Amino acid sequence: MAVKKKAGFDAVSVLNEIESKFEVVQVLDLDGNVVNEDLMPDLSDEQLVELMTRMVWTRVLDQRSVALNRQGRLGFYAPTAGQEASQLASSYALEQQDYILPGYRDVPQLIWQGLPLTKAFLWSRGHFVGSQMPENVRALAPQIIIGAQYVQTAGVALGLKKRGEQAVAITYTGDGGSSQGDFYEGINFASAFKAPAIFVIQNNNYAISTPRSKQTGAKTLAQKAVAVGIPGIVVDGMDALAVYAVTKEARDRAIAGEGPTLIETMTYRYGPHTMAGDDPTRYRTSDEDAEWVKKDPLVRFRKFLEAKGLWNEEKENEIIEKAKEDIKAAIKEADATPKQTVSQLAELMYSGEMPQNLKEQYEIFKEKESK
Amino acid sequence: MAQMTMIQAITNALQTELKNDENVLVFGEDVGVNGGVFRATEGLQKEFGEDRVFDTPLAESGIGGLAVGLSLTGFRPVMEIQFFGFVFEVFDSLAAQLSRQYFRSGGTKTAPVVIRSPFGGGVHTPELHADNLEGLVAQTPGLKVVIPSNPYDAKGLLISAIRDNDPVVYLEHMKLYRSFREEVPEEEYTVEIGKAAVKQEGTDLSIITYGAMVQESMKAAEQLSKDGHSVEVIDLRTVQPLDIDTIIGSVEKTGRVLVVQEAQKQAGIGANVVSEISERAILSLEAPIGRVSAPDTCYPFTQAENVWLPNVNDIVTEAKKVLEF
Repeated sequence: MAVKKKAGFDAVSVLNEIESKFEVVQVLDLDGNVVNEDLMPDLSDEQLVELMTRMVWTRVLDQRSVALNRQGRLGFYAPTAGQEASQLASSYALEQQDYILPGYRDVPQLIWQGLPLTKAFLWSRGHFVGSQMPENVRALAPQIIIGAQYVQTAGVALGLKKRGEQAVAITYTGDGGSSQGDFYEGINFASAFKAPAIFVIQNNNYAISTPRSKQTGAKTLAQKAVAVGIPGIVVDGMDALAVYAVTKEARDRAIAGEGPTLIETMTYRYGPHTMAGDDPTRYRTSDEDAEWVKKDPLVRFRKFLEAKGLWNEEKENEIIEKAKEDIKAAIKEADATPKQTVSQLAELMYSGEMPQNLKEQYEIFKEKESK
Repeated sequence: MAQMTMIQAITNALQTELKNDENVLVFGEDVGVNGGVFRATEGLQKEFGEDRVFDTPLAESGIGGLAVGLSLTGFRPVMEIQFFGFVFEVFDSLAAQLSRQYFRSGGTKTAPVVIRSPFGGGVHTPELHADNLEGLVAQTPGLKVVIPSNPYDAKGLLISAIRDNDPVVYLEHMKLYRSFREEVPEEEYTVEIGKAAVKQEGTDLSIITYGAMVQESMKAAEQLSKDGHSVEVIDLRTVQPLDIDTIIGSVEKTGRVLVVQEAQKQAGIGANVVSEISERAILSLEAPIGRVSAPDTCYPFTQAENVWLPNVNDIVTEAKKVLEF
């Protein structure tokens, strides 16, 4: 039987048309030139320098964290080099009252919101003190269950809305995470409740070894926003100004009561997935790495600032030295943190009275610990 | 005092707490204008508004995430899972998130959340509505699991659960929703979580049970008394944590035990009760601990419920084995 040539409805062209709407938003080109004046965010010179400072400091933090992990002085660590614009320019668009629900790679956002570096290191090592956010930092500890932070963000955002606060909830996942059910449920709940949430997908092309192309047939990840009826934006995740601009806009919309936004940042991790034995040479080519090194967010932003006379090598070296000192001091402080005991862990199970089973075990360990 | 069914007592408890504390929020699938598929939230949205009592999209995991997030902003969520067989969709929120919120934040964030959900057999529900899955949540550090067996306890335990600053799974047996009425005070009162109730005192045998099996056990005790056996019936009310003192006190008195649950033998919490007694009161035992539970198959197709679910006859038979050992 002959295949009917003309379909009554051209579903393919509908798809193509939708996908064509998701173009990559960019402000700076690779040489640091402004290519989109309309999107240029309204940042003072001091703010521009501050953003660059955070990015440089965090690059050093990544380098040192990898080294400290190799020396056995840090535990779980998910490298961040390459994602500075995606992580720090997005969080730079936040206010102190905003609530952050990070994934496991999103420690830098917490640090710049006020989590002491010592605590970040303790979190890496596996110490409960590392998860105790200071009172002025509205955030959860990094989430290990990929997607859980998305459904929780819908809840935090609804809570902020019910409280009438001028604040948003922001969360981050990776490209692989956009395949999770909780990813969809999270953005859909936030949409249904018109909650002030910003959902960021940091698309670094790989979920451990699985390339982005194996996650979905969708041309972009931002277009997943269409499924729940919220705006979706693809942004050059190696472009600090573009990331800042779209996050700021999403925040303004959320605060104005217009609901959530999904932002896909096109980014890259120069290092392995985590320091727990992942070897990216098994699945990535050096050509690919080199291609993304050309897009390094620091290089591009540095050129932009240098052209404005706001940055120079001396300044950068100062930041690098400062970072190294901060890190040294924090590791020292982390080393001096008292070791955990089982009785402490028992105390952390219930905010109310301990149930009898736990209380009995608590007494046993208290006794052991007193010896 | 008023005569209430268990479901009315539950509605009454929710109403009491919605009135008492503006942070209490009730939400789930069809709990709003519809008043819930069992009418447990009947009239609450009308009385307290859509801000306090509201429907959600059909996604259990999303509901769990909503509860986590709302608790982080100072609310006291009372979320409903329409049937506990659907808990698998939201298991991460329960067993990996809410249960760990206080712990993983180093004691800086609490999760004052109640997870209400109907379960239980005998009312011919379709697949995965009636399954007894309390054993799964009872195995999760950080969760408390409450199962009332009558209207009075249902109200007092639910008020306690809502006021608890840690997460409580509150399971409502569907067969008990409207099976009988009982005097329930109109004013607020609490029943302590983690405390069992001695439903009937006895000296020859302790039957330790919960949920719909409490009534079956009471019937069995009555039958056994006709043969001259004095049976003590203990309603656990909270299956995690267990009320060890009440259990052991009873066992030391009677020397014989029968643990009764509706769940399959490999599930539920019966094995935990048995092991606690073995550890703590083995020298008091005059016979091996008996158990009544369902067969280790999937929950039955509707028409097989009557031959599959444990009932009064099973309890009497097993009780006699323990008594005559």
